[in-house]
Amino acid sequence: MFKILEKEYFSPNVVKLEVEAPAIARSRKPGHFVIVRTGAEGERIPLTIADADPVKGTIMLVVQAVGYSTQRICALEPGDSLTDVVGPLGRATKIEKVGTVVCCGGGVGVAPLLPIIKAMKQAGNRVVAILAARTKELVILEQQVAPWADELIIMTDDGSYGRKGLVTDGLESVINSEHVDLVVTIGPAVMMKFVSLLTLKYDIPTMCSLNTIMVDGTGMCGACRVTVDGKTKFVCVDGPEFDAHKVNFDEMMMRLRSYN
Amino acid sequence: MSDSQDICSAGRDSQWRKELRDAMPAKERTAIPRVEMPHLPADYRITCFEEVNEGLSDEQALLEAKRCLDCPDPQCVSGCPVSIDIPGFIKNIQRGDFAQASAVLRATSALPAVCGRVCPQERQCESKCIYNKMKKPPVAIGYLERFAADRAAATHSDAVSRPASTGIKVAVVGSGPAGLSFAGDMAARGFDVTVFEALHEIGGVLKYGIPEFRLPNSVVDHEIDQLRSMGVEFVKDVVIGKTYSHEDLKAMGFKGIFVASGAGLPRFMGIPGENLIGVMSSNEYLTRVNLMGAGRTDAPTPVIHGKHAAVIGGGNTAMDSARTARRMGAEKVYVVYRRGEAEMPARIEEVAHAKEEGIEFLTLHNPVEYTGDERGHVSMMRLQRMELGAPDESGRRSPVPVEGAITEVAVDMVIVSVGVSPNPLIPEAVTGLDVSRRGTLVVNDVTMRTSLADMYAGGDIVRGGATVILAMGDGRRAASAMAAALLA
Repeated sequence: MFKILEKEYFSPNVVKLEVEAPAIARSRKPGHFVIVRTGAEGERIPLTIADADPVKGTIMLVVQAVGYSTQRICALEPGDSLTDVVGPLGRATKIEKVGTVVCCGGGVGVAPLLPIIKAMKQAGNRVVAILAARTKELVILEQQVAPWADELIIMTDDGSYGRKGLVTDGLESVINSEHVDLVVTIGPAVMMKFVSLLTLKYDIPTMCSLNTIMVDGTGMCGACRVTVDGKTKFVCVDGPEFDAHKVNFDEMMMRLRSYN
Repeated sequence: MSDSQDICSAGRDSQWRKELRDAMPAKERTAIPRVEMPHLPADYRITCFEEVNEGLSDEQALLEAKRCLDCPDPQCVSGCPVSIDIPGFIKNIQRGDFAQASAVLRATSALPAVCGRVCPQERQCESKCIYNKMKKPPVAIGYLERFAADRAAATHSDAVSRPASTGIKVAVVGSGPAGLSFAGDMAARGFDVTVFEALHEIGGVLKYGIPEFRLPNSVVDHEIDQLRSMGVEFVKDVVIGKTYSHEDLKAMGFKGIFVASGAGLPRFMGIPGENLIGVMSSNEYLTRVNLMGAGRTDAPTPVIHGKHAAVIGGGNTAMDSARTARRMGAEKVYVVYRRGEAEMPARIEEVAHAKEEGIEFLTLHNPVEYTGDERGHVSMMRLQRMELGAPDESGRRSPVPVEGAITEVAVDMVIVSVGVSPNPLIPEAVTGLDVSRRGTLVVNDVTMRTSLADMYAGGDIVRGGATVILAMGDGRRAASAMAAALLA
């Protein structure tokens, strides 16, 4: 179980894994995540599901090597197995036809955004996708996003690809040129914070997907708690998606540094 | 069950029991002092996670068993949530038949070695012992239960076999005490039992919650192996309601489902500063240390090593957290509890052990705020002094704040252990389930059946936060009712 069938490097630190997980491939929906563990003593790591093939019985995970456990996962090769993959966890994204949806993804946040882009398009929305990264090599999943986006904007901090600037620059230009009904943002917490501040200014409903520290991922530990609208919520069971305008991003960013 | 004949022959009227009663006058029995549990010295045990209680020797157990008067109407049995034949197993210890003592226990309890260690006996069986009326300490039923179970396990005289199969498949959601107890009873009745566990280890709260120094994992694993040899199958990494739906389980051929998914969500108090770094639930702290091996092995899961730790709450989980923090290197550990010590729900033994280990009790104190340093790390707790007022609906005197009596205590870790709410996964994922306002599943008290015909439930998902033994009792009742329904 949980055998890695395919591996592809998106960049030196970001890999795409195609993992055998038939039950999860069948039951997952956009927005869901899994908890993954490698090795007998392995840490439990939450990863969002980028895609799934229910017929093949596989799920697609995009992993960025940032710490010990993610480095270990990224070092696995086809034929190796993940020790545990449990899910799909969290609440699925609410997909409905609202009009124009702008999906803003930053870094590996584009991975969980991909199934949402697909589903939003399939629901009949006009979808504008903005994929942002520091530099050209870190722009991921452009090919996979392209067929589902009515308009695709690439933003790089250094201007090495697409337009130069932050995701918020791209978003603001869209907002200024057409009516936007919903913004979906997934990426680093600081990016989501600034997307949220921008859309608050324009009064556009905005949904974000949070990737906090978790242990069990099923509601048991509370490590993932965030403050939403002044109330404590658990990302694993109440989320991972929330109304971005109500999320206390500063507290979330502070809690992400718990073990630094 | 296969043991029933043996157990009948061990009844109070059997010849050997009469002889044992006649062999020693009651006066002599009651003159024997209650056995003391041998335990590791406090200064040593705070350096490691070895089990604190070492268990009784054969001699100690044989002598303690003599204290039991084998009462004609044994009240201890009525104090046990699963009605273990207490004099039956104790008298088997007295006659030296430890294997039979274990068999008597196993006839009513799937986890005797666990219950002997974690049950609050002083509030259950031992509280009803006739010795209390004589103003003497009760028979050490818990110690003897543990002795019989451990002795049988050590000598492999508790071997179980797989009964003839009925060919009927049943599923269990969760591998904690309720699920294991249910699985054992159903397997004994010949059902094909599959237990689905969300985590990567089997045992539920017995593994992630209760620490090694109170309940070694090897003890839990032995009980799980017993169930395996009875044919119970365990499947890890499956969240019912997510990985498989109720419909999926039906399609897989399961005719009955027992939901024992436990108490999912840790409660917080909703006071300022509770989301600072270093403030966490006892579930999180204990899971990191017990299940993930954080700080104890070379496991990569991190944990905060507080030097001055506060644990909020007065239950067993609070004691477990405080004693774990001590073992993880905290120089000072405070237990902060809003009522008095007499009102603490923790087992008396755990409170005593905690005190021996140097844990300070700030009873009649309640946190009102935490403040942190510039990095967002908790550095101080503000405590409100309390006093006891009139009794509340639980019969305990409820604490009321003493106006203006606020103290500040420096801390770098706070473990919040003020209870849990039921896990919302199943109630949300399965349609047609009756759910209470508290989020617990509503069941028939006798049969443990939910509003769905094929779904039963027990343990914390029904009770919202109870003990191992009550969860096990639920598993037993559900097994009995489901078996009757499926075989009808």
